[in-house]
Amino acid sequence: MKQRHQRLLWISAGIVALAAAGFFILNAFQSNLVFFFSPTQVFQGEAPKARAFRVGGMVKAGSLKKDGAHVQFIVTDFTHEVVVSYTGLLPDLFKEGKGVVAQGELSGADGFKASEVLAKHDENYMPPEAQHALDQAAAAKAAKTTQPAQ
Amino acid sequence: MIIEIGHFALILAACVALIQGTLPLMGTWRQDGQWQALAKPTALLQFALIALAYGTLTHAALIDDFSVKYIAGQSNTLLPVPYKVASVWGGHEGSLLLWVLMLSGWTVAVAVFSQRLPLPMVARVIAVLGLISAGFLLFILITSSPFERLIPAPADGRDLNPLLQDPGLVIHPPMLYMGYVGFSVAFAFAVAALLSGRMDAAWARWSRPWTVVAWMFMTTGIALGSWWAYYELGWGGWWFWDPVENASLMPWLFGTALIHALMVTDKRGGFKAWSILLAIGAFSLCLLGTFLVRSGVLTSVHAFANDPERGIFILILLALVVGISLTLFAWRAPKATLGGEIGLVSRESMLLANSVLLVVATAAVLLGTIYPLIIDALNLGKLSVGAPYFNAVFVPLMVPVIFLMVPGGIAHWREAKLQSLARDMRLPATAAIVAGAAVWLFTDRGTALTGMGIGLAVWVVVGLLVQIADRLKKPGRIAPSFWGMHLAHLGIAVVVVGITFVKGYEEERDVRMAIGDNVTIANYDFTLREVTVVDGPNYKALQAAVQVFKNGQPIEVLRPEKRKYFSSSMPMTEAAIDYGWFRDLYVAMGDPIPGDKQQWAIRVYYKPFVSWLWGGAVLMVLGGLLSVSDRRYRNTKKTLAA
Repeated sequence: MKQRHQRLLWISAGIVALAAAGFFILNAFQSNLVFFFSPTQVFQGEAPKARAFRVGGMVKAGSLKKDGAHVQFIVTDFTHEVVVSYTGLLPDLFKEGKGVVAQGELSGADGFKASEVLAKHDENYMPPEAQHALDQAAAAKAAKTTQPAQ
Repeated sequence: MIIEIGHFALILAACVALIQGTLPLMGTWRQDGQWQALAKPTALLQFALIALAYGTLTHAALIDDFSVKYIAGQSNTLLPVPYKVASVWGGHEGSLLLWVLMLSGWTVAVAVFSQRLPLPMVARVIAVLGLISAGFLLFILITSSPFERLIPAPADGRDLNPLLQDPGLVIHPPMLYMGYVGFSVAFAFAVAALLSGRMDAAWARWSRPWTVVAWMFMTTGIALGSWWAYYELGWGGWWFWDPVENASLMPWLFGTALIHALMVTDKRGGFKAWSILLAIGAFSLCLLGTFLVRSGVLTSVHAFANDPERGIFILILLALVVGISLTLFAWRAPKATLGGEIGLVSRESMLLANSVLLVVATAAVLLGTIYPLIIDALNLGKLSVGAPYFNAVFVPLMVPVIFLMVPGGIAHWREAKLQSLARDMRLPATAAIVAGAAVWLFTDRGTALTGMGIGLAVWVVVGLLVQIADRLKKPGRIAPSFWGMHLAHLGIAVVVVGITFVKGYEEERDVRMAIGDNVTIANYDFTLREVTVVDGPNYKALQAAVQVFKNGQPIEVLRPEKRKYFSSSMPMTEAAIDYGWFRDLYVAMGDPIPGDKQQWAIRVYYKPFVSWLWGGAVLMVLGGLLSVSDRRYRNTKKTLAA
């Protein structure tokens, strides 16, 4: 009988440990989800204030300003714009007029402070998030222009 | 014309694969020896046909036959010959062809090295492999044939993605594929055991060397991929928790658990059902990895296609494999006996705890990898799971795994005496605590985490020295597998040291430099000497010469490049690295910064012990090699009779 009790104890300890691991995993998971927002959504205030998120769209032509390792550029979905600042080397394929995704936080009046500008692997490749943002903005525009006619 | 022969051979191979997958299996039901005997010749024929198909594609690449659409998309007349050969697996279609070529290669190996196995078992294993092969061949023929023509042929090809034009990348995909595909053999053995209803120790013994070999290839593939990311991507990282990396890590974790579970099944007759589940899981994760990498649901250098049809095909294949094998498992596994009592403190219990931890870690990685895809597929928004999640979850799960490696190795089978176990662990524990505390308290940037990392590594190393000393005291020949195990475990400790030092002590500076400027990190001075234009075979590069000094003594000139390939407008960063046993110096060149005085963005890293990451992987692979060289695997007939 004693051995059975001992085994029961160990098994329940194992289950408690697994449950703790599960809780801890889901907790870490929850706090590390990074959501994506288009410039329009950022403009409408949907993006979180004190949490990292991603913003994507096109790099507005002529908006790139470099000051040493510090860079600033505008991400647009052709409806709204977000000013992004970043310190560090830009990825090889970063170009004005091309798609981009940046990860970081909103920082007061400075706009979006990026901790990471995502690299793409092919010149013709468009980040799906950025494409999504453009499509959404275009759809919203189309909806607006057709509304008065109805 | 030649390419059509290849296409035709592949169609024939698919037919042969169907025969190989069905008739021998039916033979085992009907207990018809002749039908079972079909397994080996069909496997050989299938391999020959796929090799022919693969050969024609390689031939087309070598002679620059751009009327083949696939070659036109991957190769270029200026591409050096080794890369032309590699360009065959540079894209989606060709890489799948390599997949089936390797699968049929593994099948032939099973057919050749299984002379001592009973015929029904061989027939079942080869038939299961044939069915998998048939699935993939149909996939290639229906959705992604590399043999399509492009008429009129373009004058030149689009060239191989410049990121892939690298010696490391020539061997990385084949190694990883050998691993992915190799787990299909472990899977086939597990399914064959389920089909036969004989889940005894013999099954595990046959399956062990195959699993270890697959695991070795996978380890090599992952290490090469990580090394490539380190020197080629130009930002000095070696693991990004990119979904593609995760796709290879998950089967590796399962494979590691499987190797250990199979050992228990082989030696003690325990963990039978667990071994089978792990084998099914490992192969399913390989298929999932193939799906993630090849379907285009992920966007990375590995995702070639954005054709949803292909993804769905692999998903159906995955569902079939998981569904059928788990159904079979539910039907047959209750027959598997537990294999005797296991003490709560015993080698078995610790191996079990570790394999459960590895499975939990895999589940955590899986969650972070596919959750964004599922949310996206359901149109619930776009999100990603950051690297901090993986670090926060993976590290705490691996710490107990590495901790248990020592008592698990020392403890007796069945039931260990706590007292003697504690006595044996006194030495490793003392060494680990002293080393960890010393690193934490007395090094410059030491933290509790770096202390723990070093403590763990010392714990493992001293622990295995204790085990070796113990074994040497006993009489009898020491099997190579004993050394293999400890070498592989030493590899783990070496990797832990590498991770700890790189994470804890690396230094990085992003600077802009004009000619003559210098920057200092970690006692090393870097001076930009000159920037010149260099011509490569199919690119033009800006090359910087950076002189490195240590304590005023010049030690090396590093030459990072910024390349521009003719075939694309895509620039490439080619980092320059001074490799060392205890540190790497890493210089990457960024864009020129216009101004009164020409400047360049330069990134400089000091990476302590980074080479230990890959050195550890080499030790693991060598350990695996030693253990499969063990004679006991070749004497299966004798042990069977016993």
